Amino acid sequence: MIKLENVNKVYRTERVETLALENINLDVAPGEFVSVMGPSGCGKSTLLNLIGLLDAPTKGKLSIENTAINGAGDGKLARFRNEKLGFVFQSFHLVPDLRVVDNVEIPLLYRRMSGGERRKLATKALERVGLSSRVHHFPTQLSGGQQQRAAIARAIVGRPRILLADEPTGNLDSAMGEEIMSILHDLNQNDGTTIVMVTHDERFARRTDRIVRLFDGRQVA
Amino acid sequence: MRTNLKLALKILGRRKFFTFISLFGISLTLIVLMVATAVLDNVFAPREPEQNFDRVLGVYNVTQTGKNGTMSMNPGFGFLDKYVRPLRGIEAFGMTTEPISTATYVGGARVDVALRRTDGGFWQILRFRFLQGRPFTKAEDDSGARVAVITDELAQKLFAGAPALGKTIAIQGDTFRVIGVVPAVAITREVAWGEMWVPIGTTPSSEYRHQFTGNFIGLVMARDRADLPRIRRDFDAVMARVPVEDPKAFDTLHCHLETTFESFVRPFVRNASQQNGTLIVRGVIGVLALLFMALPALNLVTINLSRILERSSEIGVRKAFGAPRRALVWQFVTENVVLTLIGGIIAFALSAAAIAALNQATIFPNLRFDLNLRIFGYGMLLAIVFGFLSGVYPAWRMSTLHPVNALRGGAQ
Repeated sequence: MIKLENVNKVYRTERVETLALENINLDVAPGEFVSVMGPSGCGKSTLLNLIGLLDAPTKGKLSIENTAINGAGDGKLARFRNEKLGFVFQSFHLVPDLRVVDNVEIPLLYRRMSGGERRKLATKALERVGLSSRVHHFPTQLSGGQQQRAAIARAIVGRPRILLADEPTGNLDSAMGEEIMSILHDLNQNDGTTIVMVTHDERFARRTDRIVRLFDGRQVA
Repeated sequence: MRTNLKLALKILGRRKFFTFISLFGISLTLIVLMVATAVLDNVFAPREPEQNFDRVLGVYNVTQTGKNGTMSMNPGFGFLDKYVRPLRGIEAFGMTTEPISTATYVGGARVDVALRRTDGGFWQILRFRFLQGRPFTKAEDDSGARVAVITDELAQKLFAGAPALGKTIAIQGDTFRVIGVVPAVAITREVAWGEMWVPIGTTPSSEYRHQFTGNFIGLVMARDRADLPRIRRDFDAVMARVPVEDPKAFDTLHCHLETTFESFVRPFVRNASQQNGTLIVRGVIGVLALLFMALPALNLVTINLSRILERSSEIGVRKAFGAPRRALVWQFVTENVVLTLIGGIIAFALSAAAIAALNQATIFPNLRFDLNLRIFGYGMLLAIVFGFLSGVYPAWRMSTLHPVNALRGGAQ
């Protein structure tokens, strides 16, 4: 499903060159729930950004669903992200000027689809995460847990095969974190969604199929 | 597109302070441009009594050049009568003098009068709305009948509200009987403006009938606008054969059949061809308008650029969920154009108030500016240009943000 072969990521500035990831090899099977752990600055988010096609590897090969991604242009990458990937961020990244339902519709704006159909799918996704009563609220009118649920609705509204979650419980208390984790497990088990989740929380990581551990940009487990 | 429009309205509605600041700058700029457009429209667009002027051309000037210099004057009656009146396939030909400043006396008090001498054709081409009476005819002109058409304003000055028809006015040693009263005309109407019109045939001496140059304007009305190029070609062919007035002093003659706008721009672009001259002046006006818009547009560009930081998370999210660069550019440009269009509508409303104040101020007698659909159209066009000017660069900058940096909230 997701394959990284000898992937390196180097960040260069005028003076400094930082090796963020070194020789990463990772193979995620369809329907697998993988968590990525490691101390701060070890390259977890960088790895997720590479898998999410938000950033490009400096060296190595990356393929998703047997399609090599290296060297693809902006249009192709955008289409790929839109159709295959969904993102959940630690700080939710809901657009504050838009109502919850409009936020959830965002991925569908870049598909050929009528407004009515978009609204129907967005409402359904919100129902799935238990937010049907907050459809017309603005993000600031929601609790943290509700905001993250709205963000998950946005991530799944386009029915992507892969969900990438960057510390989805990082900004939530444990009860809300549990809520979010149960939604992710539900998506994984009932819809067969492949999930790669970056987390600091060992409890949540242990409940996933596999833990990938990083240290100083290297894969240690 | 519809989604972008709805989105733009939502965002603008939520960002009230930004929207207010931006609309303030946009509206202020567009008000000035709309008022300027209204002034230009008042001067050059076909309006009563020049409503036929979209198919009227005039001979305003005869220029003769020789080794000792250039002489530029209005055409004379003889010149117009001999070379312009016989043009084929026209609906009407008319002549008028330039306004002559003269005076009459009422109870010993001097009343200044702008007098024009015209022929019968003039009244066919200019469609004055007669409040009382009628215009004079070709027969009355030919016979030198002492009749006059005056403005309601002059009638008020001379007869203090009493019916003017049949009353007489003593002017330049002659006495004229009023046969028509028309509404006063704005001074900006080059051909129509005057206060009193009398037949050319009442001119004291007949010498004018043979003059090559003088103080006349010749008017040619086509049956249809489509005939104008042919009439111009015919006229140019005639002019190519016309000898200069005095071959000892001059060797070339330039005379054009032109619109009032072309005659206005001619002094500024003397060396250019007729069409090029108009284009140059239109271009200069366009560039001036653009320059005038440039400053507030730059201001809006700056505000928009500073908003990149504020909206970087949104940009990152949109990119992450599959927005290609061009979709983001369109989204932000649409937002900006919607903003400027709203500014345009506000500016139109405020311009109406400004123009009402201008009309009240009576800086120029009888000058009435108004805002019509054409000006509204120009205003909206200006707003769209303004929107693009100030929107494209920030939109492009926003669209090129790296998604990871954007999600981190940085604009690098």
